[in-house]
Amino acid sequence: MAHIDKELDTRCLLCPLPVIRAQDAIATMQAGERLRVVATDPGVKNDIPAWCRINGHKVESMDEQDDEIVITIEVEGLGTPAFTDR
Amino acid sequence: MSTQAKAVSLISGGLDSMLATRAIMEQGVHVEGINFFTGFCVEGHTHAIRKKDRQKPKRNNALWVAEQLGIKLHIVDVIEEYKGVLLNPRHGYGQNMNPCLDCKGFMVRKAYEWIQQHGFDFIITGEVMGQRPMSQRKDTMPVVQRESGAGDLLLRPLCAKHLPPTLPEREGWVDRDKLFDFNGRSRKPQMALAKQYGFTDYATPAGGCCFLTDKAYSEKLVDMWRHRSSRDYQLDDIMLLKVGRHLRPRPHFKMIISREEGEGKFLEGYRKQFIHLRSHSHGGPLVLIDGEVNEDDIQLAARIAARYGQGRDADQVEIEVITPDEQHQMLQVRPLAQDEISPEWHI
Repeated sequence: MAHIDKELDTRCLLCPLPVIRAQDAIATMQAGERLRVVATDPGVKNDIPAWCRINGHKVESMDEQDDEIVITIEVEGLGTPAFTDR
Repeated sequence: MSTQAKAVSLISGGLDSMLATRAIMEQGVHVEGINFFTGFCVEGHTHAIRKKDRQKPKRNNALWVAEQLGIKLHIVDVIEEYKGVLLNPRHGYGQNMNPCLDCKGFMVRKAYEWIQQHGFDFIITGEVMGQRPMSQRKDTMPVVQRESGAGDLLLRPLCAKHLPPTLPEREGWVDRDKLFDFNGRSRKPQMALAKQYGFTDYATPAGGCCFLTDKAYSEKLVDMWRHRSSRDYQLDDIMLLKVGRHLRPRPHFKMIISREEGEGKFLEGYRKQFIHLRSHSHGGPLVLIDGEVNEDDIQLAARIAARYGQGRDADQVEIEVITPDEQHQMLQVRPLAQDEISPEWHI
């Protein structure tokens, strides 16, 4: 199993809050690190991959079990996360 | 300017901001999107909660628009700061609890702060003069410019020709001749421009997803404030206003009654914060009690809860009452008859 650098629990939050929390977490991470997001809003299945695509990060995996969605994101490229100086 | 100009565009997820952004991108400006989450932009939330809607395809329209345009999108949580706008709007409310003019000024101000922090040159919005009764009128558009602090760094590409030239136009970062003169509530010019740009799929014209423009939602919000000691709110409060049937049988407490399984599951997430009721003998809703209640109130709430379950016509229904600290109490109650539920209890 790939090493996870940061875990983010967004259970019970509704979109776009899980996306915002992931965005803010990634802003503190380095390229190549991995963030694992746990969510319950099925909206994340579209929204987090969409956010990753437009901001240049990679969704490595997405699993769903017992109404929980677990998404692993690899942070790619420096300067791409929101709110970092370009 | 020797380098490429950079603009941030307020992306709501609707067509107008999509068109305005594209119009400026066409002029060679580097554009990134910004979207502010106030807590009331809850279009997708009921879809996420209600079971019957869970299979419907869902998307965040702002993210979708950004992807179609090929730009980055920065989503900003402004829930706390937005309280000041909603609770004390300088320009008042619209038809419901929508402080549209203050809201627009607030968002442009936040965008203005953002461009200063990130080295961008100007701000774009998809506003169209005369389209909205509060924030998009000829006399209120300058108010947004002035009160946001953005001044002539705020460019509205879709109606720019009705307005004085802004700095990006005067400096030649954008060509004013290629901007537009849209005016009024007709959507035809936007539809035509969308066709020209090849946009065949876009969110409901006029975009937006603010529940403060919704009458029923606003009434629940006002009821909440009226029965609390202060006009304040937390994110959970405004989320719960979107869920379930709300009844206030007594001034000091209200009930939030799930209407289907998905809502029941969502409300379960709040069982550590509220007394909750569920039917044991029959199928029935999950019910939260918001307020300070005594034994008589709980009896009444249990009878109401029974009314909204499958045991509504039974002589007795067994209702379990569970406090946030997990104390359980089982009550045998007779469901209220339909005519015993006062219409005035419904919020």
